[in-house]
Amino acid sequence: MAAESKKVLYGLYNDEEDLKSAVKTARHDHLNVMDVLSPFPVHGLDPIMGLSESRLHILGFIYGAIGATFGFGFMSWAMASDWPVLFGGKPYWPVPSFIPITFEMTVLFAAWGMTITFYTICGMWPGVKAQIIDHRITDDKFCIAFDVTDTDERGVSGLQAFFKKTGAAEVNVKML
Amino acid sequence: MSQPVSPVRHVLIEGNKSYHNISEDLCVPTEKAPSREWIVAFTIASAFLGLYIFAVCWTVWKGIGEWGANRTINWAWDITNFVWWIGIGHAGTLISAILLLFRQRWRTGVNRAAEAMTIFAVICAGQFPIIHMGRVWLAFFIFPFPNTRGPLWVNFNSPLLWDVFAISTYFSVSLLFWYTGLVPDLATVRDRASGFRKKMYEIFSFGWTGSAKHWQRWESLSLILAGISTPLVLSVHTIVSFDFATSVIPGWHTTIFPPYFVAGAIFSGFAMVQTLMVITRKVLKLEEYITINHIDSMNKVIVLTGTIVGVAYLTELFIAWYSGYIYEQFAFYNRVFGVYWWSYFGMMFCNVVSPQLFWSRKIRRSIWWTFFLSIVVNVGMWFERFVIIATTLARDYLPSSWSYYSPTWVEISLFTGTIGLFFTLFLIFTRVAPVVAIAEVKAILKVAGDQFMGPNAKKSHGHGHETEKQEKH
Repeated sequence: MAAESKKVLYGLYNDEEDLKSAVKTARHDHLNVMDVLSPFPVHGLDPIMGLSESRLHILGFIYGAIGATFGFGFMSWAMASDWPVLFGGKPYWPVPSFIPITFEMTVLFAAWGMTITFYTICGMWPGVKAQIIDHRITDDKFCIAFDVTDTDERGVSGLQAFFKKTGAAEVNVKML
Repeated sequence: MSQPVSPVRHVLIEGNKSYHNISEDLCVPTEKAPSREWIVAFTIASAFLGLYIFAVCWTVWKGIGEWGANRTINWAWDITNFVWWIGIGHAGTLISAILLLFRQRWRTGVNRAAEAMTIFAVICAGQFPIIHMGRVWLAFFIFPFPNTRGPLWVNFNSPLLWDVFAISTYFSVSLLFWYTGLVPDLATVRDRASGFRKKMYEIFSFGWTGSAKHWQRWESLSLILAGISTPLVLSVHTIVSFDFATSVIPGWHTTIFPPYFVAGAIFSGFAMVQTLMVITRKVLKLEEYITINHIDSMNKVIVLTGTIVGVAYLTELFIAWYSGYIYEQFAFYNRVFGVYWWSYFGMMFCNVVSPQLFWSRKIRRSIWWTFFLSIVVNVGMWFERFVIIATTLARDYLPSSWSYYSPTWVEISLFTGTIGLFFTLFLIFTRVAPVVAIAEVKAILKVAGDQFMGPNAKKSHGHGHETEKQEKH
């Protein structure tokens, strides 16, 4: 995480419907929202914020394909090429026998690959110190945060007015 | 709310909760000092865990000759217990994955605890294949690693090896799925905690903030993990059934095994979830989150899967007769009327007859009946595995090698000991993490909470503006 501190102006809302209409207003007023935080996934928020769809599932498919190729390829190499063993007259390259493990490897690679990618791109790992804006965000408050480190007085009072207009229950400033 | 709410849907969260009430109710069990019931339960469970450790040391030191298993009946309680535990370990992933894909919202009340139960059951299951190898220090030979013997690889034709991959994949994927779901809730606990507890939860919540982009990715990850866990959970018990079905032992070599095992696994898994949930909701006072409707829904799954299992038992008998193959016919005659007839009838009674009581709505919604029948089903499913494994082996090809099996104290200790291991882990879990998924319950509050639907509703569903307040009677 960046070492320099940020000055954050944030408003807390009591309800996700208020949050959604506030985010809509912010977009309409071309305000530069730093982040929107909530205690649970608010459905319908992403299009309002203009967030593009996550591409994690595409990576999941790629990881799965790598797992399938690796599993099937390794078994084929080990059984048919590296050390062929005759098991009761069965073929050296028994493809149907490879199906279960190929499937398991597909799932294993897709799940681990996606999960590791998820934590990496979100910057989350054991020991990462969360940049907590307000302790109640994981409880019952919905938050819109603006980065006001380089914003002048007029800009800040404009944001204050925005929070007032959209019905924020609380407006605070915090150094992160 | 713009989402349509059907009037036929049940209320899923009772008690007029606000978001803050939910955090409060679900975090408090991890914050206050353990109750007396918890301490008593934990003492008993860890005593059995101690017994388990002793029995494992005994087995490893003296060898598996200390068991009742013999040359004819070479798989006995060890593999019976393994299959029983792995079956129990199917319900969690089923609830969280398949019910997520089917958009069954009631899952949010029970999925966290059920997934935890899955993970602990798979840990218990994993003990037995390892112990039954005898020389446990060579257990790593089951993995295909570059070795100094050539390298000579493992046999990828073997269903026992498929099992290694299936169980280890299932365990690790279930763990990821469960833990990723847990991270936002651990952050909730973190933000309420102070001092050392806060430090610990800071580490375990990975720096979660609740950012909209993180939630979006989190939901995407959960959905895909659910999607790939669904075939995974079906594959695991299918592959366990291959351990038997791909052998050439009459009574094992049957094509019905995969679906029959999977149905049985769901059946026993839900029974164990019921056993645990009935106790957990009472002890942790979660009756408003794990409601009678949850218990009712799960009992419906039990009566369905119990009936499927019953049909499978009868199909097996019919096909054995219809095949005209005397060895197959003998295997099943022996299963029903042989020396272990009592275990067959125990299985039939517990698994097929007893769950039929759940056709009655009154019994389905009774806590005591549910608890009692869930134990009966668990006993029945243990009998099923014993019937398949031990009774089949007891009468093999040569009458001169026919044998009888009864367990020694070592095997009994190993089995009861894993139950101790299971409950020890579960009891620790109830102390360190919220047993109901906080974020997921909050997310469905407005479509399934009783203040938004049902007779106590305060708000109209149209646009969220206040209408007349109805008093709670």
